[in-house]
This record gives sequence, structure tokens and C-alpha cells, in this order.
Amino acid sequence: MAETSREGTGTIEALSLVPKAEARQSMKDFKSDQEVRWCPGCGDYAILAAVQGFMPELGLARENIVFVSGIGCSSRFPYYMNTYGMHSIHGRAPAIATGLATSRRDLSVWVVTGDGDALSIGGNHLIHALRRNVNLKILLFNNRIYGLTKGQYSPTSELGKITKSTPMGSLDAPFNPVSLAIGAEASFVARTVDSDRKHLTEVLRQAAAHPGTALVEIYQNCNIFNDGAFEVLKDKQQAEEAVIRLQHGEPIRFGTDGGRGVVRDRATGDLKVVEVTPENEADILVHDAHADSPTTAFALSRLADPDTLHHTPIGVFRSVERPVYDTQMSDQLETAVEQYGKGDLAALLAGGDTWTVVG
Amino acid sequence: MTSQVSSPAEQADEAVVGEQRNPATAKGVRRLDRVIIRFAGDSGDGMQLTGDRFTSETASFGNDLSTLPNFPAEIRAPAGTLPGVSSFQLHFADHDILTPGDAPNVLVAMNPAALKANVGDLPRGAEIIVNTDEFTRRAMQKVGYESSPLEDGSLDGYHLHPVPLTTLTVEALKEFDLSRKEAERSKNMFALGLLSWMYHRPTEGTEKFLKSKFAKKPEIAAANIAAFRAGWNFGETTEDFAVSYEVAPAAKAFPVGTYRNISGNLALSYGLVAASRQADLPLFLGSYPITPASDILHELSKHKNFGVRTFQAEDEIAGIGAALGAAFGGSLAVTTTSGPGVALKSETIGLAVSLELPLLVVDIQRGGPSTGLPTKTEQADLLQAMYGRNGEAPVPIVAPCTPADCFDAALEAARIALTYRTPVFLLSDGYLANGSEPWRIPELDELPDLRVQFAQGPNHTTEDGTEVFWPYKRDPLTLARPWAIPGTPGLEHRIGGIEKQDGTGNISYDPANHDFMVRTRQAKIDGIDVPDVEVDDPHGASTLVLGWGSTYGPITAAVRRLRNAGRPIAQAHLRHLNPFPKNLGEVLKRYDRVVVPEMNLGQLATLIRAKYLVDAHSYNQVNGMPFKAEQLATALKEAIDG
Repeated sequence: MAETSREGTGTIEALSLVPKAEARQSMKDFKSDQEVRWCPGCGDYAILAAVQGFMPELGLARENIVFVSGIGCSSRFPYYMNTYGMHSIHGRAPAIATGLATSRRDLSVWVVTGDGDALSIGGNHLIHALRRNVNLKILLFNNRIYGLTKGQYSPTSELGKITKSTPMGSLDAPFNPVSLAIGAEASFVARTVDSDRKHLTEVLRQAAAHPGTALVEIYQNCNIFNDGAFEVLKDKQQAEEAVIRLQHGEPIRFGTDGGRGVVRDRATGDLKVVEVTPENEADILVHDAHADSPTTAFALSRLADPDTLHHTPIGVFRSVERPVYDTQMSDQLETAVEQYGKGDLAALLAGGDTWTVVG
Repeated sequence: MTSQVSSPAEQADEAVVGEQRNPATAKGVRRLDRVIIRFAGDSGDGMQLTGDRFTSETASFGNDLSTLPNFPAEIRAPAGTLPGVSSFQLHFADHDILTPGDAPNVLVAMNPAALKANVGDLPRGAEIIVNTDEFTRRAMQKVGYESSPLEDGSLDGYHLHPVPLTTLTVEALKEFDLSRKEAERSKNMFALGLLSWMYHRPTEGTEKFLKSKFAKKPEIAAANIAAFRAGWNFGETTEDFAVSYEVAPAAKAFPVGTYRNISGNLALSYGLVAASRQADLPLFLGSYPITPASDILHELSKHKNFGVRTFQAEDEIAGIGAALGAAFGGSLAVTTTSGPGVALKSETIGLAVSLELPLLVVDIQRGGPSTGLPTKTEQADLLQAMYGRNGEAPVPIVAPCTPADCFDAALEAARIALTYRTPVFLLSDGYLANGSEPWRIPELDELPDLRVQFAQGPNHTTEDGTEVFWPYKRDPLTLARPWAIPGTPGLEHRIGGIEKQDGTGNISYDPANHDFMVRTRQAKIDGIDVPDVEVDDPHGASTLVLGWGSTYGPITAAVRRLRNAGRPIAQAHLRHLNPFPKNLGEVLKRYDRVVVPEMNLGQLATLIRAKYLVDAHSYNQVNGMPFKAEQLATALKEAIDG
């Protein structure tokens, strides 16, 4: 659990410049008047409900919340939130949100994107937003398929995926979004699942409290083009062996009665899954989301088998404090005023070398 | 120097006239009414700096002036080669001038390559100052000189001054604790000193500049000043330079006021800062470095104490994306780029058209297509700005006509963007960006009021009497939609690139609504209030020359030549390319012939012909350089003669 920085009366420091709501809010306040038009059964409904349900908890003035999205099924999200919103163009939401967040620090800015939007056409903007650490919360809905264009493979689809555009199987090795984000210097990286409302909400809570860019990968089921892609993580029985729930400060154990655990391989330094025994119990890795080095968080992101999804960690992989881009940008503006005084346009235009023509 | 075509004093922009001796000094002094000097050397020789300094001296002396830097795209092209030659041309005069000049009266050639690359532009009788130290056999062979041009008589038609610039500089700096190589670097300052003597330039500014530039290396500052003074003294004492020249200040050419010299990119940057102040909105620049636009990013980055936020993005798309995000949040948002960057930004410009948010897209045009000629000028992005998007996506276009005019053009582009809630193209080019001229510094109360009103509350009453906010309910006069920024309670709304229902802004795929919205967006741009185009036609000519953008100087100079030769010609110059001024069609129909000179293959001519069914004739040049006045005058004369 990332400690929520608090000051005064329960204010989240990352949101300290965002005005508070005057009255108590409910989920209803965050539902827009627009009819939700995702396919019946789409995982997006659950995520929308979770976000709308979580927002009142932040207690922020609704008018100071903005959802920015790109293109794709998930990117319709802003239309359904009764906040300010922009449904932009394919892949560019992080760039647009960066301009908004850096120029308006009194806003809580959320980006909603998908695996195609964020990792294919918008890959560049995603990695640069992460390394800059702009105060953005990026919700990446990963369904491992292109939905809106009707079922082509995506950059997270498993190798050999048979789709309309790859009848003999896809040839692209997939991205692991968590690994990618950690490699891109992200200060907050988490993974959760659309159908686990409680876990999803808890991850959102931590993301919202994080100063800087937070990337939340949400496994989301596309019941039309890639149904059951995450079934192994959702089916109660299978999930016992498949899902590793990360909790900061806790030993990383999973399986029936916590019978399995993650240890460091002494020979390679890599992580591996073992049956927990009295002899090795003390060696079970204790999860440290706040570790300075991203090495272990990265190793955790590599535990999952990309084909079977066995040993998929969910929860917060990494949550570290790093200077926030928009804060630093504002600081530079203030420093400039301290150093040179508030800008004087007449003096600027005159410059140094002038001459005067008299009549 | 003026931003509009008016009828300035019709002074011949031609031959050097009015020489007279000044017997009061030991050496002869001749008075000239104008001079064109070109400094040329290797790209590492500091020719741009030398030119800049000579320009500053000339500006502070009060001459009218116009400059043309010309340099290769490579930072340090191979030394001593023709592609590595960098030059800086300066035209200064005691009267109002319009161009950097066609042909230099004086060439300073720092090496054989510089001589070879530039001598062809010199008229017979021009003065050539060469650095003889660089004319070694090998250096001459490198550029194809079989024999030394300094000795083989090939320069007999010119007035040659052979000067061992390197040796003299090293000799002058022998007291300094510098290696030979370090000392040699100051040879451009020696040359500057010599030219400053020749043309009676004030020197305090350069000495002050050198002290401040090398404040952290006082030894280097002192060495450069010593070289500069040595160059001056060399002119004073050596017999090779028997005369010096005076070009009186151009006091009569300028209206009363305080002046400074300014380049186009600097003027444009200041225009953006001024627009931000006049609109009372913070300035946000999202940009990706690209020649020749990067100097605007550099300049604005220096002015954070004006509340200016500059964001160097990961690519062109993110540059405009961030700007658009800032516009949504209520900033005066700008993105700066050149042609290739515009191509990448096109989709986002389309989004801005659909979102109807104010956004300035500054395109400092360069030679194309593709990477083209990054450091050379061209006007070939007009049709890209006009049409380069999917769907019907009209964008207003404003083009400055001189370096100093970039200031006013930036304010005008901001006015249109803010008033009509639309992206606006500001089309400058490499020639305006790097060229410079005197600028009358405006008083702040002369600047336009650009303040806008953000939406504050509901703007529509539904059938059941509820007060609601409709993000696409338009101002009936301007057709602009309300600008409701996040943080305003009760106006929460969602906008996007999908077609919107008129008024509510909700997603709509309704065919009739789409038809209506496409026509409305077009009508909004067509209805932008732009001033009528002024026609300068003192003699009732039958031929009109129509230009836009940076061709203003050469066209006006050519027009003056023709009129001085007794050939009437009318001139009009467009600042607004979209929409065109309302009177343009009527103006065009008044003339038997319309000629459109452009540094492209006829893009404005294409627009004019399509819109007004006028048989406009193109005169085109796409060699990366601005038109020369003499060549344009000849072309226009041929047009008049039909």
C-alpha cells in the first residue's frame, strides 16, 4: 500500500491544488446524460462503474476533473463521465493531457486509453509522459485486441494470434505494458482487472494519491473479439494458481493457503516461483513498491507467462516519489520572476540597442 | 519597412549615387547612399556572427537595412569546400530600402571556397577583400582553382584587396596567452574591424557585445577586442585602403519613434508574448526543434517571467497536442514548426478545427518537399496550410511580409484565433525568420485589445425551462462557440473529434446535422473580419502585381524600378490568405493583367484563379533564395508588355 501523503484535513498532496467539492458527492453525480454505447457485456462497463463509484471518495470539485482519451472503444469513456472531457485523436491523449496538466495545476487530469491507442499508434507519447512524470493518471484498458476496428491483433496480443489480419497467426512479439512502463522510468505502475471492483478501486485510490504519472493497466474483457482472454485470472479456481496479489510490505505468496511464493534465484538474481516450505519461507520476497531501483519490480512484471497468464502479478508494482514535471515547470516560472522580476513587455520590446528618430 | 503597400518616397533602389570627397581627413572619404556587403567563409569561420555584429553597428548608426543570412544545413560542413560556405549579406542605406540587395558591392572572402561560391554574384568593379593566408595550393585545388585567382588575372575586373587576415590576426594577438589555433579564430573580428573602419561604423556596441559574450573568459574577450581594433587600425594605416565610405543615417526614411534592429523570428516571438499580455492569457508553446523555427522556441524559453510555458515535446505531434490541451485549459496556445512538422501536425489541426479551440500554428516555411532545403527559404506550404487535412477543415492563414512585420502578424493571428475559436496558420519563412531590419518599437497602448470572455454560465434554456450549457451554441455574429474552460462549475462538457450535434455538442451521425456543421464551420472562417487589401496604383496602371508574405520587399523594390523607368504598375500584397479580403475579387477584375510572383510553383495563383476566375499569371522561383529586385522588375516589365 503506498502511503497516502496527507496534510491538514485529509488532503491528498498530489491533489492539493485541486479545489474540493462543496457538497458530498455520489456515484450519480459522475454519470453524464449520455447513453453508454459499449457492446453489452463489455468489460468497460465495470471499469466505468468502478471509476464513477470511486470519484466521490476524492471529494474534488467535479468541474476540476478532466478525462482525456484517444481513439478506440475505451476512449469513449469521457462522454460518460459528468466532468470536463476530451475525446481526442488516436494515440495522442497523453500529449494533449500533458499540455492541459502542465498549464492547469488546479485540475485532476485522467487519461483513458487502450492497448492499441497507448502502445501502438501512441507509444511514443506514453513513454515520454511516463519519463517526464507529469501529473496524469493513465488508465490503460488492455483487452489484447483491436475492438473498434473489429478484431485485428494488438501490440499486446499473444504471438501467433489468429485474427482477420493475421489468418496464419501474428508474427509480432507482444509488449508487456507493465515492463514497458517500468523501463520508461514510470514512477507508479499498477495492474488490475476489470471484474475485481474492490481491487480496481484500491489501485485507483493509490494512483490518484500518487504525485506524478500513474500508469494503471486494467485487464479488460472484449466479449466480442477476444472473449475470455483473462478468464484464467477471473475463474475462482484457476485464479488461485494464476494470480499473484502484490501488497507492499508483504511476502509475495499466492495459491491455495499461500502455498506458493516468489523467491530470488541465487544463481541468476532473477525471480522464480517455488512451493513454500518451512525451510524457504524466510526467503520469500517481501514486496517493496517503494524501492529506488526498478529492478525487482521489472522482474516481477516478467513472472507472468504471456500465453497462459500463469503467475500474473496484480496490484502496485512500483510507486516512488520523483520530481513532478508540472510542479518543476511552475517552479521555474516563479524562479524567473524572482530573478528578473515580473515580465515588462515595454522593456522586452525595447531591448538593448535602440536609436531614436525625431521629427 | 511598412507592413502595408503604400506610396513611399519613390527612391531609386539602384545604382550607387552621390559620391563626394571629404577633404578634411588624411584619407579620402566618399559618401554613398547605399552599400551591399557580403561576408563569406567556412561555416566555422563565424560569418553569421560577423554579419550580425556589422548589422547591429549599422542599425545603431541609424541606416535603413535589410539582411540575408545564407548558410548550409550542416553544422560544420567539411572545411574549405563549396557546400560548407556560409555567408551573410547586408544592404544598408541612407534611405528607405526593401531588400538585402541583388548584387554585393563588397565581398569579404575568408577562403577560396567563399570566393568561388560568391564571385559570380558580384558586378564588375566590386571590391573583394580576400584572406590571402587561406589561398594555399591545396585549398585552391579543393574547389577547382587550377591557378590562383588572385594572380591569374581572372579578378581583373574587380577591385581586389589581398589581406593576410590570419597572419595579421595572429600577429596582433601575440601578447596573449593563446595557441595559434585559438588566435586564428579571431580573424573574423579582424575582418569586422576592417569593414567597420571602411564604413565608419560605431564600434562601442561590438566591444560591449564581446565583453558580455565572453564574460566568463575575459582573455578571449580581450583577444577578440584586440583583433577587432587591429582590423580597424589596419584600415586606417595601410595604403591598400585609400578611401573609406560614409552612408548617412536614414533619418528621413523613418517616421518619428524609437527603433531597434529585429529579425523575423525574434519579432514573431515578441508578438506572441505581446498577444499573451493583450489577451490576458498565459502563453503556452508546444514545440519540437526544427530549422528554421527553433529560434522561436529558444526565445520564448527565455521569458518564463512573463508566465510563458515552453514545452519541448517528444515529436511534432506531441508539440501541437500539448498546445491544444493547454488551449482547452484556457491558455493562448502556440505550436511552432516548419513544413515537415506541419505534415505531422495535420491530424491535430483537424481536431482543433472540430473542437473549435484557439490555437496558433506557426510555420516557418523552408525548401521542400520532404526534408528539402532546411536552411533555405520557400513559400510552398500555402496549399498545405489551406487544404492539408482530411475532410472539410478550413483554417485561417495570416502571412507577415517583412521581418519586423512578424510582430504584428502574430498579434493578428492571435486575434483571429481568439475571436473565432479556431486554429490559425501564421506562415512566415526562412528569409523573414533570419533576415532583419529596423523596427519602430510600438508603445504598449498601440497594441490591440485581445481580451476574451470565457463562458461563465448556462447559455440555453431547454423546452422544459431548464437552464443548460451548450458547448456548440454559437455567437450569432462570429459563429464562434463558447470557450468554457475546466474549473468553471456547471459547464462540465465533453468535446471530441467525432461529429457533434449542433448546439449540444453531443455525438451525432445524423446526415443533415453533419451537412449543417460542415457548412457552418466553413461559414465561420469565410466570415472572419479581415481588412480590405490596399492597392498602390498612383498612375492608373493596367497590370497588377499581387504578392503575399516575404516577397513584399523584392516586389516593392521591382515596382519602384519600373515606375522610375516610367512604366506604371499597380501593387497589392496579401496578409490574409484565408479568408481573402472581401474586396479582392473586385480589385483583380479592375486590371487587364494580374501577375503573381511566388517562391513556389504558383500556389496563390492557383487559389486566385479558382476563386475569382481571373487569368492570373505566375512568376515563380524555387531556388531557396528570395527574388532579386532586378530580375523581378524585368519579369514584371515583360508582363506589362504582354
